Amino acid sequence: MDTAIRDVHEGDLTFSTQPAEAGLELALEQQPGAIIDLVDQSGLKGCGGAGFPTARKWRLAAEQAADRRYVVCNADESEPGAFKDRVILERYPDLVLDGMTIAAWAIGATSGVIYLRGEYAFLRPALDDCIARRRSTGTLGLDVLGRDGFDFDVIIHLGAGAYVCGEESALLESLEGRRGHPRNRPPYPVRSGLHGKPTVVNNVETLAWVPCIISNGAGWFRSLGTAQSPGLKLFSISGDVDRPGVYELPMGTTIAALLDRVGGAGAKAVQVGGAAGICVPAEQFDRALTFEDVTASGAVIVFGPDRDMLQVAENFLEFFVAESCGQCTPCRIGNQRLLEGIRDIRRGQCSTDRLSGLLDLCETMRATSKCGLGQTSPNAFQSIIAAFPGDVVGRSAKSLTWVQEVRS
Amino acid sequence: MLVTDSDRLQADVVAIVDRHHRDRSALLTILEEIQHCQRAVTPFAQQVVADLLHLSPSQVASVVSFYGFLETQPRGRVVIRLCRTISCQMQGTQRIARQLENDFGIRFGETTPDGAVSLGWAHCLGMCDRGPAMLVDDHLYTEVTPEQVHTIVADARRAAGLPIH
Repeated sequence: MDTAIRDVHEGDLTFSTQPAEAGLELALEQQPGAIIDLVDQSGLKGCGGAGFPTARKWRLAAEQAADRRYVVCNADESEPGAFKDRVILERYPDLVLDGMTIAAWAIGATSGVIYLRGEYAFLRPALDDCIARRRSTGTLGLDVLGRDGFDFDVIIHLGAGAYVCGEESALLESLEGRRGHPRNRPPYPVRSGLHGKPTVVNNVETLAWVPCIISNGAGWFRSLGTAQSPGLKLFSISGDVDRPGVYELPMGTTIAALLDRVGGAGAKAVQVGGAAGICVPAEQFDRALTFEDVTASGAVIVFGPDRDMLQVAENFLEFFVAESCGQCTPCRIGNQRLLEGIRDIRRGQCSTDRLSGLLDLCETMRATSKCGLGQTSPNAFQSIIAAFPGDVVGRSAKSLTWVQEVRS
Repeated sequence: MLVTDSDRLQADVVAIVDRHHRDRSALLTILEEIQHCQRAVTPFAQQVVADLLHLSPSQVASVVSFYGFLETQPRGRVVIRLCRTISCQMQGTQRIARQLENDFGIRFGETTPDGAVSLGWAHCLGMCDRGPAMLVDDHLYTEVTPEQVHTIVADARRAAGLPIH
């Protein structure tokens, strides 16, 4: 398969060529350990943004002595700019359930949960139908596909509007009926997860890739992408482009090549990884979308030449102030201070000392916040300030024009 | 015997909690169902849930206050949530917001005096390629234009059995 960008705008994803249940049938012909080895060889990493090797999660959960294990599908896609999981759940729910069932076979789990964000409640009826159909055809329930003793069933749990519940330990707290506060780690969910049992939490897309890898072989996935970021990845493209949507690209694609594909000529910057990601200015569009460089969840928002990037930063910080769970001080207070700062900057009322203090605060938040929310929320602020210093220093109070330009 | 409003509300809550076998780990689901049925999880409902699950009311309140979709006072019978994320904003959210405020005569965060409609913001609805997006109750609308606002809202009022003005 060629590694050039393929035109896979929604209708033409690998997922659309993968028959439902085909990967599951193949997987159940092999021993659980062999399945984990195969996923390991493929190099599949978590597609929710963190990029943790999937097979390592599975192996740790499988090795943990327990009377019960869980597979949880993280469908709490809440990152601003991310919508690929919504498309997968709408179009390919069988592949997600195939992936969950294969994971259950691999680690010895009997129960699965899809944690669906409340905003996606409209997807629930179709998912319920899919689960019911699979129960009736024997791909869920007792003795899945006739495998004696392999029982696995899935329920859907609806979230209620909380971004932080996408963090896996907060998600588990929410599943247990509490506030979505991230847990102290260790222990990690693979040792002590849902109800204290070993639990694998995988993103929707990660799970959907699993049956494709089983069907096409680990070598197929490994041969795509880069050495450290193998395989294909879905990207959610929005903003100032001619053809927004979900695209499938090999890892390692450059931002410039992506913009070429989606019709993003003239962009001044792209935000990669959603609000928690980083802003990449035009002069760095040769950077590659890989786990080792700028990709995270696969959300890419494109900004045309006339966009005010400080408005973008303010929008993201308003989001983080609202969505910080409030448990730890660096995140709860830090995001508020950054929001006040960006508003003062936009009004042209921020001294250089104040600005450097805010940038120090970013480092403090990154180092001391308890979970990924507070550790990544300063990213946009920092990278936008770094990329567009001319938009910050000497900013006019009245408009988006600069004092310097007005004088000249 | 006279059945009061609070008796009826209590019976509804008991039925929901019982349907989940009085299981503490089902608390969020229980609260979501109460929200759906009573349009809020009032302090009274929280107290009933706490008693049934052997929790303190503050434990229940802490969960209610955490989740954006749970309210302590009833909102309008139709709840409109407009996506405020940057991708939608770049596609014209502000014009939709202004038209909604004009059509209802209220600001975002408010409910119409007849209790019919609430206006609020949502964080990213995951429709960034088809913005502006908004939820009217559980119903999703994408690529909304200011001209469509009136029709969408009339549909919602009709579905909720409210008069259309």
